[in-house]
Amino acid sequence: MSTHRPSEDRPGEESAGPTTASPSPGAPVLRVHAPAVSAARARKFGSWYYAEHVLRSMNSYRWTLLASSVGTPVMYLFAMGVGLATLVDQQAGEAFGGVGYLAFIAPALLASATIMTAATEFTYPVMDGFKWRRVYYGPHASPLGTHQIVNGHITAVALRLLLTTAIYFAIVAAFGASPSPWGWAAIPVAVLCGLSFGLPLLAYAASVEEDKGQFALVMRFIVMPLFLFSGTFFPLETLPVFLRWIGWISPLWHGTELGRTLTYGYEQPLGLVLVHVLYLSVLAFIGWRLAQRTYARRLGK
Amino acid sequence: MPHNLAGQPVISAHDLSKHYGEFRAVDGISFEVPAGESFGLLGPNGAGKSTTMRMVGGVSQRTSGHLAILGLDPEQHGPEVRAHLGVVPQQDNLDEELRVRDNLIVYGRYFGLPLSYLKPKADELLEFAQLTDKASARVDSLSGGMKRRLTIARSLINEPKILLLDEPTTGLDPQARHILWDRLFRLKESGVTLILTTHYMDEAEQLCDRLVVVDKGRIMAEGSPARLIKEHSTREVLELRFGSERNTTVAPELGGIGERLEVLPDRILIYAHDGEAALEEVASRGLRPVTSLVRRSSLEDVFLRLTGRSLVE
Repeated sequence: MSTHRPSEDRPGEESAGPTTASPSPGAPVLRVHAPAVSAARARKFGSWYYAEHVLRSMNSYRWTLLASSVGTPVMYLFAMGVGLATLVDQQAGEAFGGVGYLAFIAPALLASATIMTAATEFTYPVMDGFKWRRVYYGPHASPLGTHQIVNGHITAVALRLLLTTAIYFAIVAAFGASPSPWGWAAIPVAVLCGLSFGLPLLAYAASVEEDKGQFALVMRFIVMPLFLFSGTFFPLETLPVFLRWIGWISPLWHGTELGRTLTYGYEQPLGLVLVHVLYLSVLAFIGWRLAQRTYARRLGK
Repeated sequence: MPHNLAGQPVISAHDLSKHYGEFRAVDGISFEVPAGESFGLLGPNGAGKSTTMRMVGGVSQRTSGHLAILGLDPEQHGPEVRAHLGVVPQQDNLDEELRVRDNLIVYGRYFGLPLSYLKPKADELLEFAQLTDKASARVDSLSGGMKRRLTIARSLINEPKILLLDEPTTGLDPQARHILWDRLFRLKESGVTLILTTHYMDEAEQLCDRLVVVDKGRIMAEGSPARLIKEHSTREVLELRFGSERNTTVAPELGGIGERLEVLPDRILIYAHDGEAALEEVASRGLRPVTSLVRRSSLEDVFLRLTGRSLVE
């Protein structure tokens, strides 16, 4: 990149005179950098700039976010892991691979929490961006590119998922439900799980022109069945064969199985571990690329 | 990359077109805007003004033609072109989850501007937009005029030399419009190149040094407001209202008065050099309109002449 004197990038400077308000004594002179600098920075860091915007918006309801990040796990862990577990552990210790029921469901709850959060963050806010309040069209007119708006949105949500999951995991650990020293690694795995479900959903949401209740249907007929039939509350093998496919295609099952290996050393073949990681990564990657294409097409109309 | 373009147009469009399937939203328009000029696209809704603005703003791809902003093709150098611009879109797209001042700061971050610049700049712009006491208010508590002023303030955060305004005052009450015009006029005085679309002739007359009249994606005429009026209309216009039923029946009896006659559903327009004289002639023929008004020709008349239709329908 060649170096420019700022004034060279600002045609009409001589005739127009300076735009910065003439400095009154004592007041600092505000100097804006040249448009070429803006463009270069936007090309480099644009995704972060948009992520910063989304995070600032989230910050305006941070207490709600924090309260639900702490409240949800505590509620689930008490109800399922403590209440239900007392019954379950008396009856069927071996069915859950020799660990307590609490340890068995904790990684599943961790992964499903990211899916639920991703399902919210990648649906209604997307409609808001394109249609309701047209939030995307502001940055779209700035030096940012459409792919950076997508990346920024994803980055901000990923950071939110990371925070939520970290809190969730800390509570899981406090309940003694993550005996393995590798348990913390379930945090990034859960975030990947959330994205593997969330990014294809993002691509879909970006293509929705009018909300006729599609997102509510997604929650009811995709998220809920996945939550119930992905080996979340009982091993997938206990389901009849004709229902197991739900688990196999479900990012939640793949994420949960990985999580279990990390939090309590659940044993599975290395090949299967790789399949889990690959499956989640491929879903996330395809969703990401599709979302970029859909955004570019829709914003550039 | 941009280079010194002193004396060259900041915007040049040649045979610019944008088609949506069969529909030709913009159908081969050409214009140039020199630095510091205030240039308007005047036309009714659906004329292709916004589509043109979106192409100039580097956010919409053209179907064909040539377009250069500061010598750069916005499709090849999107970020570089957009870094030069301030954009006020037709519909406000402020972030209502953020406070008024934060909307400015967040927008400035898109240009990679540091907070040390943005914080005082945001305060300066809030003052310019007369929103200082609303700095920490929620955006959804603002009136339509205030939101519009905030959108304009936001477009100035990077001190653009080119400002694109798409229907800046549509939907505002007269007082809010006058405040906005005053702000835009100050920007113009400070040397900012303004490109604006409007379907209000008074706005075009107030703000534009030069304008093009656009209809159905094509340019119908071009010039300064005064020149357009001189070329396409008479000095004065006599407006007569005979009541909606009688307008068409009276029209034949008005033949020969003035240079031209235009019969609209609600009134008859007689184009004449001397409106008062035309009115006397009408009276001498024994015709008694319910109301009569003599006024100067406006861009509305130019538009009517060129397209056979009114601007605001």
